[in-house]
Amino acid sequence: MKRALGAGLVVVYCLAPFYWMVVSSLRRTGDIFSTTPWPSPPSLENYTAVFSGHSDFGRALLNSLIVSAGTTALTLILGICCAYALARLTFRGKNLVLGLIMGTSMFPGALLIVPLLKLFTELGWINTYHAMIVPSMSFALPLAVWTLTAFFRQMPHELEQAATIDGCTRWGAFRRVILPIAAPGVFTTAILAFFATWNEFMIALTMISKADMQTATVRVAQFGGASDFDTPFGTQMAAGVVVTIPLVILVLVFQKRIVAGLTSGALK
Amino acid sequence: MRRGSRWFTALMISPTLLALALVVLYPLVAAARESMYVRGEGLDADGFVVEGERFVGLAHYAELVGERFLNALANTTVFTVVTVSLETVLGVAMALVMHNVLRGRGLVRASILIPWAVPTAISGLMWRWVFQADGVANAVIGEKILWTTEGVQAKLAVVIADTWKTAPFVGLLVLAGLQIIPTMVYEAAKVDGASAWQTFWRITLPLVRPALVVAVLFRILDALAMFDLPFVMIGRGKLSVETLSALVWDEATQLRYGSAAAYGIVLISYVAVVVFVFVRLLGADLLADARSRKRTA
Repeated sequence: MKRALGAGLVVVYCLAPFYWMVVSSLRRTGDIFSTTPWPSPPSLENYTAVFSGHSDFGRALLNSLIVSAGTTALTLILGICCAYALARLTFRGKNLVLGLIMGTSMFPGALLIVPLLKLFTELGWINTYHAMIVPSMSFALPLAVWTLTAFFRQMPHELEQAATIDGCTRWGAFRRVILPIAAPGVFTTAILAFFATWNEFMIALTMISKADMQTATVRVAQFGGASDFDTPFGTQMAAGVVVTIPLVILVLVFQKRIVAGLTSGALK
Repeated sequence: MRRGSRWFTALMISPTLLALALVVLYPLVAAARESMYVRGEGLDADGFVVEGERFVGLAHYAELVGERFLNALANTTVFTVVTVSLETVLGVAMALVMHNVLRGRGLVRASILIPWAVPTAISGLMWRWVFQADGVANAVIGEKILWTTEGVQAKLAVVIADTWKTAPFVGLLVLAGLQIIPTMVYEAAKVDGASAWQTFWRITLPLVRPALVVAVLFRILDALAMFDLPFVMIGRGKLSVETLSALVWDEATQLRYGSAAAYGIVLISYVAVVVFVFVRLLGADLLADARSRKRTA
């Protein structure tokens, strides 16, 4: 009984604010300040408002998808190679390299913004996808290396030996033997990197000034009325739900993998 | 053979190192340089107008110690100390609850991932709505507090929103730590007649410490760099919730690169000092772990 109560409290704590966002998004504009626990009557008018006319929210979602997928792909290509070397090859200065990569994840994003904003202005990169993808590697790459290294370490040590005996080169052993087995770990890392980039805010806010290049998180934050007093809360909540729903689906489908990925680095 | 292996290693790790050099090391060095220059027009010693960058040495750092900077430093520190403490206590409590759940484990795990999955900017918007003057928070407590206006209540609102989002993350990491404690240890404690309270302080907490230390370190790093949440929830340039990151960002977007860089360098030095002290005080395990890793590798 006590256990069920505790679990219930945890569930309510985690879901209540999110539930409130969903409920509010389903109210009619006139009922938005109503505090009934469910929308009566429910209405999709906020969702139509999100995707209607000038707000062009579909474009913002597409931008988010391009930036997140681009960063994830680039990060995985670089991160897999590096994590493989760190986990399974012996070389001098390994701990130094590992320490350096982990150290970079300490860097506050705000510090990177100043020089990169200047550099990208000179390069004419402002309002481009790569102006978001390249800086996003500053947090996605250490995350990927950290998670993948933990996964690669768990694999049996005899794999490469067996492959080399069978006539594989080092590269062949990596590509034909290790990579296929590592696929689940790579997939988990991809989810984590995708989440991190999808949620990114500061870089996208700084590097983009044109509305049609903004990502969804930035666009939502700028959905606003002319003043504080006519903020379209219903529309904001609906847009918030739309941005979050893909992540919630991923969480529900892949929860075991995500938990394994989040905790692997912390325990090993 | 030996040479081939060295080449292979170098090829595998150099792309990552190059990428990080470009997106992290270069900005760090450039920011350090930038912090000693000033942009725009000025008069040189002979009274001629000069354009472009001018070396000003540590002048930006000397100007730093203004009211706005001290305010941002205090906010960052208060947010970090308060949110990380709350998240640690709540996270450990959640982990203990989840560890003992018999039925509905999947439901609990899925719900605990939701706050983690909601983007911070969206969570800021969501809490801004909850904390509206006519919002549900005021309806529940029966007060009329203007949460999202300047003042100590805005700080409290940000602390609540941040704790909601990240305590479950601490809970997940601690739960993973709990799950590797052998049940034998608890049985032995029971045989010795230890109370639940003693078991927690003497057995659970020490054994879960490595996982907890990592979780708290992650949280400290995140909290020191806090930006999105106050920005979206309360607004741009609101002094009662302005963090160091927000100050750096604001200066940079006003094109005052020099002082933005100086604030940024101060921020990263602050982070480095906090991490150093933290690892010194609590992270003996972290270092020991790295050493044992070196041996087995």
